[in-house]
Amino acid sequence: MKHLVKRRKRWDTIFALAGLLALMLGVLTFAALFIDMALDGGARLSWDFFTSYPSRRAGQAGILSAWVGSTLVMLTTAFFAVPLGVAAGVYLEEYAPKNWVTDIIEINITNLAGVPSIVYGLLALGLFVYQFGFGQSILSAGLTLALLILPVVIVATREAIRSIPQVIREGSYALGATQWQTVRYHLLPYSSAGILTGVIIGMARAIGETAPIITIGALTFIAFLPPSPVQADPPFLSFEWLFSPFTVMPIQMFNWTSRPEAAFLTNAAAAGLVLVFMTLAMNGLAIWLRYRLRRTLKW
Amino acid sequence: MVSENPMPKAEAKKLDFFYGDFRALNGISMNVYERKVTALIGPSGCGKSTFLRCFNRMHDLYPGNRYQGEIVLQPDNANLLAPDVDPIEVRMRIGMVFQKPNPFPKSVFENVAYGLRVRGEGSRRRLEEKVEQALQDAALWEEVKDRLHQPAYNLSGGQQQRLCIARALATDPELLLFDEPTSALDPIATASIEELMHDLKQRVTILIVTHNMQQAARVSDFTAYMYLGHLIEFGVTDELFIKPKMKQTEDYITGRFG
Repeated sequence: MKHLVKRRKRWDTIFALAGLLALMLGVLTFAALFIDMALDGGARLSWDFFTSYPSRRAGQAGILSAWVGSTLVMLTTAFFAVPLGVAAGVYLEEYAPKNWVTDIIEINITNLAGVPSIVYGLLALGLFVYQFGFGQSILSAGLTLALLILPVVIVATREAIRSIPQVIREGSYALGATQWQTVRYHLLPYSSAGILTGVIIGMARAIGETAPIITIGALTFIAFLPPSPVQADPPFLSFEWLFSPFTVMPIQMFNWTSRPEAAFLTNAAAAGLVLVFMTLAMNGLAIWLRYRLRRTLKW
Repeated sequence: MVSENPMPKAEAKKLDFFYGDFRALNGISMNVYERKVTALIGPSGCGKSTFLRCFNRMHDLYPGNRYQGEIVLQPDNANLLAPDVDPIEVRMRIGMVFQKPNPFPKSVFENVAYGLRVRGEGSRRRLEEKVEQALQDAALWEEVKDRLHQPAYNLSGGQQQRLCIARALATDPELLLFDEPTSALDPIATASIEELMHDLKQRVTILIVTHNMQQAARVSDFTAYMYLGHLIEFGVTDELFIKPKMKQTEDYITGRFG
């Protein structure tokens, strides 16, 4: 009897080991890549690296235009993706009639999340850059990435709204509220944690996107900053920066890795390190927000 | 108990209700009398909650539901189910308290103020007055007056349910619907809700669905026994419980069935 049990339990051990191996394979590969990059580029990180423009001399080159570009593109992306995605998600979840048209739209949104990003780049090149005449600008890039993460925002919005118990909706309607009042006072506030998480995860994906940004023609060597959004003279706010040429972090990296000199590879590794930290920081923020906001909600 | 001649507040007239193709209510005609408590009893699935939810057009929230017949609300003789009547109008006149306490994840104050806010009441002073009044009417004011701005979820289950009653009272409903309001509560909280209902009927008409026959006997003036979507018997509570006219009713209330 004992022998039999032992023999059967052998498979437990075997599977546990195989699972651990599979897990380690993934984790260790990432760790190895990250450590290798940190060793290569870690020493290059300095204040100057963040405040210098790219240069022909590797030792003086920095990522100023790249991180400013990435930040501005991300702001533009969020500005367009959040209202569009949230509105679409709310509509699909609360307003849309349940029929085959809605079903088709739903299936397509899920599919859109899987469309290769370069396809979005091509679409944007034709539509935003040429048709609308936005040029190779921050605006075009922001709109492109907004399209790219739109499905993520829509899906996150719908899931967050769906997780609100029906009795909350009924409670609101029973008091004579309209659909919009129910959305405005209950569904949106209670789902904000989930929506925000989705938005940040989408942005973390977008910040690393290279292909669609190259497709719309971002420059690889930018030694100036877009015009500042805040001006000294009235009307103090300027949107000229939206139409400025730009570069972003992954393109700067890509540019440096294609140089023959080893010193540029070091720069690329350092920029990669910064990009990974940016992404991790965004994901960390998403997790923190989710915990914080969910804690205040109970039903 | 019912000495004077009560006036009907709402009259269901040959009411049918369909969930898609399924007919959940069959030709129900009965009155809900003004400033009385009317209880709906019957075994699970008999349609009592379905019937209750017709009164504030809750079924309109879901597709595929259909009404036939009328529910006429007095004094203006308005058919609540008429196609040109907006369900929102109906819900502004008829309040509802649900089975499980469902306060919004907001403060005590905001919960009670919500009904007024959706009606566009913006004056802070009037909101505060109304909220205090409603909480007093729901016998909750003394317990929460020092924590009006704390989350409603810090309250106990019974307090939460009284908060939901206050929330419904704040907008001065003409008819208040209770859908098994004490089924999630302990006996002490249940007793306080029942006592509250007794006070409330001085000013508002109450229609309550209950699983608990003793509760129906304790709180109601009229009782309707429903079975499989039909109204089997309707009458003054004391008479229905002591001397039911129908054999079916008798079997149910004596526990031989259901």
